Amino acid sequence: MKKPVLLLSALLSAVMLSSVSPVLAQSKEQFIPVLSYRTGPYAPNGTPWANGFVDYLKLMNLKGGINNVKITYEECETGYDTARSVECYERLKSKKPSFVQTLSTGATFAITEKAPGDKIPVLTVGYGRSESADGAVFKWNFPIAGTYWVAADTIMQAIAKKEGGWDKLKGKKVALVYHDSPFGKEPIPLIQERARIHGFELQLLPVTPPGVEQKATWLQVRQAKPDYVVLWGWGVMNSTAIKEAQATGYAREKMYGVWWAGAEQDVKDVADGAKGYNAVTIQHGAEPNADIVKTLLAQIHAKGQGTGPKEEVGQVLYLRGVMSAMIGVEGIRSAQERFGKGKVMTGEQVRWGLENLNLTQPKLDALGFKGVMRPISTSCMDHMGAAWTRIHTWDGKNWVFTSDWMQADEQILKPLVKATADKYAAEKKLTRRTGQDCQS
Amino acid sequence: MFYRENGQLKTSYQADQQIFPIAQDRWFILAMLLLAFVVAPLLATDYWFSAILIPFVIMAMAAIGVNILVGYCGQISLGSGAFMAVGAYGAYNFFARVPDMPLIPALILGGLCATVFGVLFGLPSLRVRGLYLAVATLAAQFFADWMFLRIKWFTLDTPSGSVSVSNLQVFGLPIESDVSKYLFCLTLLCLVALLAKNLVRGAIGREWMAIRDMDVAAAVIGIRPMYAKLSAFAVSSFIIGVAGALWAFIYMGSWEPSAFSVNESFRLLFMVIIGGLGSIMGGFLGAAFIILLPIFLNQALPFIAGMVGIEISTTVVSHTELMIFGGLIVWFLIVEPHGLAKLWSIGKQKMRVWPFPY
Repeated sequence: MKKPVLLLSALLSAVMLSSVSPVLAQSKEQFIPVLSYRTGPYAPNGTPWANGFVDYLKLMNLKGGINNVKITYEECETGYDTARSVECYERLKSKKPSFVQTLSTGATFAITEKAPGDKIPVLTVGYGRSESADGAVFKWNFPIAGTYWVAADTIMQAIAKKEGGWDKLKGKKVALVYHDSPFGKEPIPLIQERARIHGFELQLLPVTPPGVEQKATWLQVRQAKPDYVVLWGWGVMNSTAIKEAQATGYAREKMYGVWWAGAEQDVKDVADGAKGYNAVTIQHGAEPNADIVKTLLAQIHAKGQGTGPKEEVGQVLYLRGVMSAMIGVEGIRSAQERFGKGKVMTGEQVRWGLENLNLTQPKLDALGFKGVMRPISTSCMDHMGAAWTRIHTWDGKNWVFTSDWMQADEQILKPLVKATADKYAAEKKLTRRTGQDCQS
Repeated sequence: MFYRENGQLKTSYQADQQIFPIAQDRWFILAMLLLAFVVAPLLATDYWFSAILIPFVIMAMAAIGVNILVGYCGQISLGSGAFMAVGAYGAYNFFARVPDMPLIPALILGGLCATVFGVLFGLPSLRVRGLYLAVATLAAQFFADWMFLRIKWFTLDTPSGSVSVSNLQVFGLPIESDVSKYLFCLTLLCLVALLAKNLVRGAIGREWMAIRDMDVAAAVIGIRPMYAKLSAFAVSSFIIGVAGALWAFIYMGSWEPSAFSVNESFRLLFMVIIGGLGSIMGGFLGAAFIILLPIFLNQALPFIAGMVGIEISTTVVSHTELMIFGGLIVWFLIVEPHGLAKLWSIGKQKMRVWPFPY
């Protein structure tokens, strides 16, 4: 009777002790932490992203890793909570991560403070702080391929185009239904700037997270009758918003969502009811015919190694995860070009790699992103690398591209980024990086 | 046999009234302090500091605060997250708005803001008890949620609502490295624990316990319920406010209003219930348990599942954590309402009379 108890307690104590000792990274292994959320109100959207991310890493390992350096990864559940994301970051910090991606703007704010001290680059593809595109101030942040100001600007461009020109916007009303969090508040400075320049009215309608209660908000929309509604939500907030729009009879054609509010998960509950709903995309949309999708289906899912269901592959959020992973991996590869092919890269070296990323169209095509992505080229001053977007619209069954490639207006974007970055630098008492520092 | 106090005779009132009258206890506490202040900084890795020790120290302080209110005074409070938030944002506003404000006064002023807030939301306790008071304090939690999200003044009018602090230093010593953060928080924790222990040993602590046990009888013998309850709210909110400010400044560095949501309130309540209501040590034990359990499960569950060949996803670990917490709360409330601290004191009692059973 005593022995099993002793044995059990010995086993448990051994597991407990080993649980708190950091795992030593073996040589020739590049560690990538995956801060994801598969539980909570943002899980429907976070899960496909994480599946895409992990599937791409698995694909890389199948192909031998990055120049024969295998990728190891570990998922950590954050539940979109900033404190838990910080906990995950701290827990996985000891395994020498190549870069960290947080999939949460709130967590990006928190980890931005810690990453420079820990020398880990923060990769935020399509989210994070918009001003972190300014690499001279934000040395360790990489909002590659697009920030929220790019999204907001191109949405306004699409709206202006629909109206027939920027001058036609004068006197019109645009309502921003946003998630009341750092993520949702990001586009406000840019849209306010546009409103100031072109003379349209911006109505701010915050939605308390997680956003399941929107009846009051949409009642306000019905009363105010804005000409356009820009939806800046995430998770269940998106599908709730579209359902409420349908209930209050607001035309879905006049709704434009950010790229995190334009995925299958947001509209499939409503299906036909969301017909005409538009969303901006960060380069890619739903691409079931892309080469990379076919490769992933054949090499990963066909062998039963897929992280999620097969139907997800090629959908918007899954592809975004794939794109994020690809950019991170290419950043490591780019670091290896300089610091030694076939060697394990440190966080500082990966930072250099991400800062000197040059994904040309032939390179992207070779990776399987032909027709999906456009070239990305980062530099010391510009950590964004590209600002291409398109608008896609839900036709009841699929997301269909309804616009050409657009770019954010640099005349508006650049001064705003610089001014906000300068404010941050003044607050933190940082000095702008100069040319010499860019070589490190 | 191990814990006998034979021959330990006290010859002065001071010796008799000390916190640890038994010599073995004093040696043990000395060893723990040595371990915490000297051995841990030398041996612990960065991972230990950032993932385990610093959160444990700060949460232990908050748990002591909650224990004073819930365990010693018997006022159920689901608003602890709000008090942490008020402490954090109060300290932040003093730190950021007043030029050259030193860190410790900012923390204390944040604690005082939390005290005012706590006393205000403790007023319902004079009329309602038990579950209804829990709901009233829940209102404090949601009010604080709303206040820091919508009133931009508190977050210094930042467009994102996210605030951050940096370049912390105490008397010229920078608090940047993990070791310095840990030692700073540990010092404050020791001071707060000493303060709390002496308060609960004294007259006011006895008033709180009388109110907890039977507030009508306490009123009959001359204890003023208003003073006792509001002082419990005040002291508790101060401690929780300082802990909240430390959590925000030292552990998070940059935070947003959702960092102090209702989940934090529940977490603190669980810590106090599992650790032991009505004991200072209970705060420590509960905080250690709640901090360590997720990390332990994160490592143990995949390991155990791997032994039987099943792959576990992070979702399962996350849900198991919640299930285990829930199960443990129910178990503790039924089997041992005084929590781990009571188990500890039973253990000590067994050691005193060993090899005899009683």
